[in-house]
Amino acid sequence: MYQYDNYDQAMVDARVDEFRDQVKRRLAGELSEDHFRPLRLKNGLYLQLHAYMLRVAIPYGTLNSRQMRALGDIADKYDRGYGHFTTRQNIQYNWIKLDEAPDLLADLAAVEMHAIQTSGNCIRNTTADHFAGAAADELVDPRPYAELLRQWSTFHPEFDYLPRKFKVAIIGSETDRAAMKLHDIGIQLVKNDAGEIGCRFYVGGGMGRTPMIAPVIADFVPPLQMISYLEAALRVYNRYGRRDNKYKARIKILVHEIGADEYRRQVDAEFAHILTLGLEPPPAELERIKGYFANPGFEADLPDNVDLSDPDFALWVDQNVHAHKQPGYAIVTISLKPAGGIPGDASADQIRLMADLARDFALDELRVTHAQNIVLPHVKKADLYTVWQKLDAAGLANANLDLISDIIACPGLDYCSLANARSIPLAQKISERFADIGRQREIGELKLKISGCINACGHHHAGHIGILGVDRKGTENYQLLFGGSEAADTSLGTIIGPGFNEDGIVDAVEKATDVYLAQREDGERFLDTYRRIGVAPFKEAIYG
Amino acid sequence: MKILTGNDLPSGDVIWWTGEGWSRHVDDAVEVGDEAQALIAREDAARRVNGAYVIEATRDGGSVRPAHIKERIRALGPTVRLDLSLKPADPAAGTWVI
Repeated sequence: MYQYDNYDQAMVDARVDEFRDQVKRRLAGELSEDHFRPLRLKNGLYLQLHAYMLRVAIPYGTLNSRQMRALGDIADKYDRGYGHFTTRQNIQYNWIKLDEAPDLLADLAAVEMHAIQTSGNCIRNTTADHFAGAAADELVDPRPYAELLRQWSTFHPEFDYLPRKFKVAIIGSETDRAAMKLHDIGIQLVKNDAGEIGCRFYVGGGMGRTPMIAPVIADFVPPLQMISYLEAALRVYNRYGRRDNKYKARIKILVHEIGADEYRRQVDAEFAHILTLGLEPPPAELERIKGYFANPGFEADLPDNVDLSDPDFALWVDQNVHAHKQPGYAIVTISLKPAGGIPGDASADQIRLMADLARDFALDELRVTHAQNIVLPHVKKADLYTVWQKLDAAGLANANLDLISDIIACPGLDYCSLANARSIPLAQKISERFADIGRQREIGELKLKISGCINACGHHHAGHIGILGVDRKGTENYQLLFGGSEAADTSLGTIIGPGFNEDGIVDAVEKATDVYLAQREDGERFLDTYRRIGVAPFKEAIYG
Repeated sequence: MKILTGNDLPSGDVIWWTGEGWSRHVDDAVEVGDEAQALIAREDAARRVNGAYVIEATRDGGSVRPAHIKERIRALGPTVRLDLSLKPADPAAGTWVI
């Protein structure tokens, strides 16, 4: 893992001191809320329905056990004993007091963490493949590039006040585990015919009120020119992005309106200019960063078999454990989606337990996934049973990864001041309706995603089944979408008909799964069947 | 009735204007009538409230019920964590929101 150098630490410490002074001035009446709001937002502090909410950045979703333990301790010390892992691979605390926020940030800084780039119209915290550095199908580890991107983007003076927020995701596999094409910029590390590594740039994707899939703007940029190409892509956006209308201010609107070809032409011209300036980071810096992500200490010649005689353990291995690039190791995903639970929530004790497991069994690493789960990326196969037992004792051995109860849900109207409807109660009811794990496995992979408003933090556009909560004359109403995907076969879901109330939407989801089970052909997921037979049979069953 | 709400500046807690000060309990809220804007300006300047605004509500006996579900959730707490709400011992608290 990357470790702060003196510059990183000094920068974060200075930021804490600065914010402490800003809070002091606000509480003393020297700053109005209008003056203070952008300052607190630059430090991840929002004012939500019930209290201040702090969003902590977890760069590319990676953290070590010491950092994870600190997140658990913060949940106890400053919040109400829990935290919420988000679709941006971050963690949010819902009950923060303004006068304690500087101390909280100081505690974060002590473990090389902060809340910078979690709000505002800047380049937000970069996300990445949560299996980076571990996946058997990985071509290149994207984390050194993500770290380089972090260092370039943090406090970048030219891009600190963009027309709108800007989200970048980076992957190094053919399998897209980061919803890359639904970001402002998605970078896929690829290999050309000569065997050289390069960056493929997808620009202009996003969800929200105008969902779009990013087109390819550059097919192959040498990795040492990645930053210069980003600079060019951002500069064109910064110049022409719509600052007059926040609903048309994202880069996806610009790329859509002028067209991918014209956008590419302008970026190429800017890129050619930037290359003459010699602004790329020195190769030695990328190599220095890569050094932090080299072999974390894999042992050789480990046994590669797993005793699956315990049926519950075998089921969990089948559902939640993935192949690792290193023989003798496996990737464990800890589901934060118990039946009837709140997607992404974990208690302070659970957070500390996961930290302990990472320290003792996963070479000290954890990842947060955009699906609101936690990954132990490097677990010896010989340790899997012990890890499972410890997770099971803490209520964290839910064997439902990628099944219908592994629901992504935004905080919704229970916490969020922007929401129009609640999301979490729907997730709870659906996961309870489908609590039988045998039934879930019979249905197979089905990604269900719920947003409580059009901003789509719950990724409803990208759900095999998506649910969007709306406010209909002061009453919660839920629209149903089918056909979305945020994987390599990215697609956007479409609304299938009139909306439902809370109970009605749960029944509709169940009817949809019944249609799928009746009509599927061998090997088809729900999404495949929907794409093959279309919406009509589903509408017939749901609306009659 | 029109009532005044906002957030406590240092804690962020949801608060309601009682006619004499601010309470965490919506049932303490009072009709503000035409005084709302003057109250907001005065209380904001004194840093006793953050982001105050007026909402519609009804009073039934000793209970005040905001008209919109968002405000009812603000008044109670998250419906999915009633243990953290202002009425953790009341099994009917969640249905009050809906």
